Amino acid sequence: MTAIDPTAHLTAEQIEELGRELDAIRDEVIAGRGEKDAAYIRKVISAQRKLELVSRGVLLFSMFPPAWLLGTAGLSVAKIMDNMEIGHNILHGQWDWMRDPKIHSTTWEWDHVSPADQWKHSHNELHHTYTNVIGKDNDLGYGIMRVDEDQEWHPIHLGQPLWNFINACFFEYGIAAYDLELGENLDKRRRKNPEFRARAKAVGRKIRKQVLKDYVIHPLLSGPSFLTTLAATFTANLVRNIWSHSVIMCGHFPEGVQVFERRSIKDETRGQWYLRQMMGSANISGSRAMHFMTGNLSHQIEHHLFPDLPSNRYAEVAVKVRALFEKYELEYVTGPLPKQVFSAWRKVFRLSLPNKKPEVKTPDREQELVAA
Amino acid sequence: MSTALRSRAWKLLEMVTTPLLPSDYLDLVSPLRAGADLRGRIEAVHPETDDAATVVIRPGRGWRGHTAGQYVRIGVDVDGVRMWRAYSLTSPTNRRDGRVTITVKAIPDGKVSNHLVRRAKPGTLIQLDQPTGDFVLPQAKPAKVLYLTAGSGITPVMGMLRDTEFDDVVMVHCAPRPQDVIFRNELHDLVADKKLRLTEVHSATDGMLDVARLDELVPDWAERETWACGPAGLLDAAEEHWTEHGVQERLHTERFRPGVVVAGDGGEVTFSATGKAVDADGATPLLDVGEEAGVLMPSGCRMGICFGCVTPLKAGAVRDLRTGEITEAEPGVLIQTCVSAAAGPCDIDR
Repeated sequence: MTAIDPTAHLTAEQIEELGRELDAIRDEVIAGRGEKDAAYIRKVISAQRKLELVSRGVLLFSMFPPAWLLGTAGLSVAKIMDNMEIGHNILHGQWDWMRDPKIHSTTWEWDHVSPADQWKHSHNELHHTYTNVIGKDNDLGYGIMRVDEDQEWHPIHLGQPLWNFINACFFEYGIAAYDLELGENLDKRRRKNPEFRARAKAVGRKIRKQVLKDYVIHPLLSGPSFLTTLAATFTANLVRNIWSHSVIMCGHFPEGVQVFERRSIKDETRGQWYLRQMMGSANISGSRAMHFMTGNLSHQIEHHLFPDLPSNRYAEVAVKVRALFEKYELEYVTGPLPKQVFSAWRKVFRLSLPNKKPEVKTPDREQELVAA
Repeated sequence: MSTALRSRAWKLLEMVTTPLLPSDYLDLVSPLRAGADLRGRIEAVHPETDDAATVVIRPGRGWRGHTAGQYVRIGVDVDGVRMWRAYSLTSPTNRRDGRVTITVKAIPDGKVSNHLVRRAKPGTLIQLDQPTGDFVLPQAKPAKVLYLTAGSGITPVMGMLRDTEFDDVVMVHCAPRPQDVIFRNELHDLVADKKLRLTEVHSATDGMLDVARLDELVPDWAERETWACGPAGLLDAAEEHWTEHGVQERLHTERFRPGVVVAGDGGEVTFSATGKAVDADGATPLLDVGEEAGVLMPSGCRMGICFGCVTPLKAGAVRDLRTGEITEAEPGVLIQTCVSAAAGPCDIDR
């Protein structure tokens, strides 16, 4: 949280006007969705499936180092594509408009230990609604880290660089635990809650399937290459985990991103909600390949403004959104991946230590609006 | 390979492909194979008139074949959006190459019909359902037959004409102008071969067909087993006429559009499985309401005949747009979303 509210110069009327301009951008994309977009996602899905199939095929001979290298690289990319550009975005409902039951948020399942429906709840409903609101958005540090000066410091935070590293390596399990709200639900009274138990069972089943596939069946099918294939699938999962963790850290943790207090979202208008998404997210700059491999979460700001627009449209939307940032004199937080990852990690280290309370509190919109 | 072994091998495959299914991979290379979801590939589109075309489809291996006069629900991606419609099959049932045809007339503002007639490309994959419908010929051949059709209502009848020959067949067909008559050349060939007696009524010059004129056009109409297909006005009049003469059991009709008579009050519609709620008026079919809200709604003919859209009504009440009849939620109550509108708040299990 910065000491100065970077949106203080905007009047209530300006914020609503900003909201209307963003609505117009959204309407334009929705009106233009069509055959080309549908062809795009089908092509990506088809490419991902072929890549995964070929990579796993090559890994059957993983005892030969070139095969191991090629297969592991291919499988890592395939898993990243599955989780990022395909899974994350389909589960957001970005492709529901096609009315294809095979590419729909209610039917999709992904290569991830957290079952799609649980992830959709914690991610789509909670994180995207309460983005960066302390105490409401658990993505702020995933309940294990302190990522803002205003979050209370506890001695456990001393270890947060380590927790964050472990979380990065086993990110999909971190997400599953997080979607289950494991921390809270392990409380004695809540542990027996039948709803929680059913969800925990579902996660157990999903983990079992994923582990069987990657660590038992595929290595067994590889025969004499059993151990090397095991190492390959483990590596591919590790690469996917660290990659997605890094991309997601860049979305909300880098310096310059704002967080908000609970009371600031009381009676929030559409314009204010948009503004919170704009100030609470950060982008990653880079090539088309970079955008693709991040599942277009490199356009995190645009994604948070319009979570259900097709991901292939974020690049064109970004140009218009950035112009609005300039028009309203707001800071568009963006940078290359290494810089943003470094910035996020620096924050994790810095906030592992206690800090003095900042002098000025989080922007309090109610007061602001009264003043305006 | 024994079935047990095969099913075990399949289970193993499923463990490898999870969270996808082996079929998701097979679909990439062989979408028309046996065991796949039923699909078809458009092989050709032949124009019939200015606004009608015949689409030649190679159905997937799972196609069970049709009976002359039946229709098929097809799912076509128009501007990237999957849309389902029902069309009569116009090919004979014994076509050697196994292809089937539907003949589509582009209706004003019809998204799917215009797409199929004007923009569909050979090679395109479409979704199919098994053929269905009871507008079919009986097992025992009737001695005398009358086909009474108008506009695109000729399509199921063409399927019958191409499929089964009768000793005595009369057809009365109504279209605006001669050039609007779909299959005109083929019909005239049948006439030349003395396989059909045909009366064309051109409504642009002669006015709409008045069923009372049948006495003059087909004096023995009441003795004929009759299949009628066309606009609601024609069918309503025919049903009345046949009933008046006490021969209604000889009349078989197929309706392409529902007659909408009543629109009532709307209400908030909840799609509880998807977790969405929207306000709907009392005139918009719940199918449209759901689709607009991004809910995955099954759909078909969109006119209340194919039951491809039936969905459980969990709470509240809906009104049948054709009859005005109110249906209230009870366990097990299914509604046709394409012809039902909200009659107050309701909860649809989608």
